Amino acid sequence: MVSDRIAQVERILDGVMDPELPFLTITELGMIQGCDLDEDGTVVIRLTPTYSGCPATDAIQDDIKSALQPVEPRFRIDIVHAPAWTTDWISAEAREKMRLNGIAPPEGTSADKAFLLGKSHTVPCPRCASEDTRLVSPFGSTACKAHYQCNACAEPFDHFKCF
Amino acid sequence: MADQEHEWILRLGDDALVLAQRLSEWCSHGPALEEDIALSNIALDLLGQARALLTLAGQREGLGRDEDALAYFRTDREFRNALLVELPNGDFGDTIVRQMLFDQFAVLRYEALASQTVDLELAAIAAKALKEVRYHAAHSAQWVVRLGDGTEESHRRVQESLNMLWPYTAELFEDDAVSKACNEAGVLPLNASFTARWTEQVRAILEEATLTCPESTALLTGGRSGRHTEHLSYMLAEMQVLQRTYPGAEW
Repeated sequence: MVSDRIAQVERILDGVMDPELPFLTITELGMIQGCDLDEDGTVVIRLTPTYSGCPATDAIQDDIKSALQPVEPRFRIDIVHAPAWTTDWISAEAREKMRLNGIAPPEGTSADKAFLLGKSHTVPCPRCASEDTRLVSPFGSTACKAHYQCNACAEPFDHFKCF
Repeated sequence: MADQEHEWILRLGDDALVLAQRLSEWCSHGPALEEDIALSNIALDLLGQARALLTLAGQREGLGRDEDALAYFRTDREFRNALLVELPNGDFGDTIVRQMLFDQFAVLRYEALASQTVDLELAAIAAKALKEVRYHAAHSAQWVVRLGDGTEESHRRVQESLNMLWPYTAELFEDDAVSKACNEAGVLPLNASFTARWTEQVRAILEEATLTCPESTALLTGGRSGRHTEHLSYMLAEMQVLQRTYPGAEW
């Protein structure tokens, strides 16, 4: 019974899309840190924000509520800060979906810190795959992206920062 | 202990909130589209940090005040931010020099919190914020170098920005009864413990930017005890007017 309820919630969460990346689920982005039951039998969903100030976090909570309410009214969303979210939690499939949608996925792992030292990774163009690309601005359309341009095909594109 | 910790977290939260509010004044006024977006993104990160920190400060205070009560229903004398972050934006050079001076400090403070504090919730907020402020620090340092080692005019103007802002930096490293009590309780090292590394890093950036580090010994201080410049009062009037006119308003 208990595991049935959790499994059902997890299935529904797997269908909640990120509002800024509507081709990816919040699970694929690593934002769901787990679900379990508290002592009152309430399902507790542990949600971690990507960036502290990401405005999508509020929208995502609303989306979770409207998806769950019809089937599982006894739930609560806890925002957890530790461990801090990292792009390392984004699956290989999700990275491929980003590329197909014109966004260059995070390269490597956050541990090498190259992005912090101004030595940016090679970020291949999601359109023509050329590695001859340049950073236009370290900040892009949302907190999680930087703005790049391809020198080979001239395509401007977003790069999901390695974080 | 609890009283002092709440007071100390307020300082941290107010630094982030007030600087976020200042930077968001650049939105749609940036010198270039990319910088408009960058400053707005940095403001957003700081606002997110402020929300988490003020929420925690309210919890540690234990009087039922949430992030909104603390942001919208305190007067200027109740704010605990350093004077540096409340100063008007000036031109882009003033803003980016202030950002560099603050970012270098914020990185050191969050590093210490993430690894050393006994308050695990504060450590979690700090570990997340640290990744964000490191990114900001790389950006602001890069701009200071670009403007300082740029044209004759950009060099002259950011040197003036630096001379104007420098006297406000000493306040960041001041300690008082609150910071000493928090240090003894294992919440955070003394602010003075960040001075040497901050000075070393800022001097390295200024050297690369061909800028002269001011020798000013003037000490402009008071923010941590609520004695602010008049600039904060005007900023808060604008920030708070809607909630004070229509308390609890949502949209």
